Amino acid sequence: MFAHEFMRNALVAGSFVGVACGLVGYFVVLRAQVFAGDALSHVAFTGALAAAVLGVDIRAGLFAATILGGLFLGALGTRARADDVVIGSIFAWTLGLGVLFLSIFTTRRSAGNGTAGVRVLFGSIFGLSGSDVRVSVALAVLASLILLTIARPLLFASLDTAVAAAQGVPVRALGLGFLALVGLVAAQASQAVGALLLLGLLAAPAGAAHRLTTSPYRGLLLSAVLAVGSVWSGLTLGYLFPRLPPSSLIVGCAVGSYAVALALTATDGGSALEDRKTPM
Amino acid sequence: MIEAAIFEGLSWNPLSDVRQLVAFPFMVNALEAGTIVAVMAGVTGWFMVLRRQTFAGHSLSVIAFPGAAAASLAGLPIALGYFSFCGASALALAGIAGSRRSLSAESAAIGSLQALALALGFLFVSLYHGVLSGLDSLLFGTFLGITRGQVTALLAVAVAAIALIIFAARPLFFASVDADVARAAGVPVGLLGFAFLLVLGLSVAATSQITGALLVFALLVTPAATAHQLTARPALGVALSVTIALAVTWLGLALAYFSAYPVGFYVTSLSFALYVLARLTRVVAGARSRAKLTPASV
Repeated sequence: MFAHEFMRNALVAGSFVGVACGLVGYFVVLRAQVFAGDALSHVAFTGALAAAVLGVDIRAGLFAATILGGLFLGALGTRARADDVVIGSIFAWTLGLGVLFLSIFTTRRSAGNGTAGVRVLFGSIFGLSGSDVRVSVALAVLASLILLTIARPLLFASLDTAVAAAQGVPVRALGLGFLALVGLVAAQASQAVGALLLLGLLAAPAGAAHRLTTSPYRGLLLSAVLAVGSVWSGLTLGYLFPRLPPSSLIVGCAVGSYAVALALTATDGGSALEDRKTPM
Repeated sequence: MIEAAIFEGLSWNPLSDVRQLVAFPFMVNALEAGTIVAVMAGVTGWFMVLRRQTFAGHSLSVIAFPGAAAASLAGLPIALGYFSFCGASALALAGIAGSRRSLSAESAAIGSLQALALALGFLFVSLYHGVLSGLDSLLFGTFLGITRGQVTALLAVAVAAIALIIFAARPLFFASVDADVARAAGVPVGLLGFAFLLVLGLSVAATSQITGALLVFALLVTPAATAHQLTARPALGVALSVTIALAVTWLGLALAYFSAYPVGFYVTSLSFALYVLARLTRVVAGARSRAKLTPASV
């Protein structure tokens, strides 16, 4: 399995993407912003296809769209949390734009490129080149470092916004920066598992970690470990069963870990960390 | 070059344009199906926005995709896949909402369910070879090739869904606005929430046959959000939401007929433009009423 270069590339890139997704996802779930992550995944689709239509590097479009999208979502809402209905209306339209770009792209470049839309939507982790891997490792390390640096104040701001603001924590700036970070990681993940499936890597391992432990740092670690584990087992399964798409298998493993965590903690209700959280 | 392809055959005479639109049976079917879907989405969407269940609604719409993919893999009618998957996941979402966990746990659960659904959908599509073009229409919809049978089925579902909502409209409104007071007054809040998700699942399944799994949202949330911006009165709001959904669908279908671009793009763009307009109107109206309150001399 390790003899193939595409497999090594996929494993290396996938592991780093998994770590970044697990860490950022932990806070996405804690802050109940999974819907914003969902919206960003649609923004990723539109951004990538817009870049394809303009003839620019797809990656540039992907990153620009998701990071700007994250900042925009943060700027919309009060305290850098956008309203679900506003998010929904905006991303329905973004997706409509994406469809337009898809149809322009497929009609203009006939044959050969007909699957571009599918690749953006569902990823192509076995098709990563050596330079793709280097870029995604560098960005994943960057994202993880930024997150770990702001982890303490962000945790404070997420658990008790009012008290954190009173203590002088820049709550709004943190919220904005965090959504931009989610955008960066979303763009990363959409290269690996595709724009539509990245939500699985963001939400499922983190959801499992939240169920299993109440300690934030242990939770962060567990979430990253589960995400990387899902990537590894998904890729291995994808190698063993070439007919099955690797991105589906990765997300399947991630959701599987969440289901196991739910089953393990089914007896006691909710995690203690959430009980500590003040009602909004 | 592209510009030449846009609006081919469109004349300045609206009457002849309309005549051209209804000249082909496939277009008549599409317009009828679009009308049914728009009315249903307008009504259920209004309650969905009121109940702040946009994320659940979006997940339901996404689940339509694996439903359709599974049905085509198994050789069953696609509508069966849509309805069974959306119905089953409405039950699951009701279970998640009913467990009364915190907001963050609920959103993680919905997100995981949605990701699983999409992963399954892609798995089914990959197992079912040679549907790459079909994948696009499952996700983004097509208004070509809607049959009479589909229109009849849609009509039946829409009548059932709307009848259910009208039947339960008053208690549902009560429960949506203030669940605790409604529960104290003896309204079966849990049952209503469950029934509403089921109806939402039904209408999403029906809508996604026309708009595709990814664009249901454009008809479900945007017209309803616009209506909520413009009025707080329930009856007027529902009527407005339906009207906007209808107008957007008809215009979108007509524009798509005369141009080379997909119907989903027009429907989403038109409804989003209306939403932005509604928000701007409200901002302007708010500024004007504030200006009236403060004397000009100050």
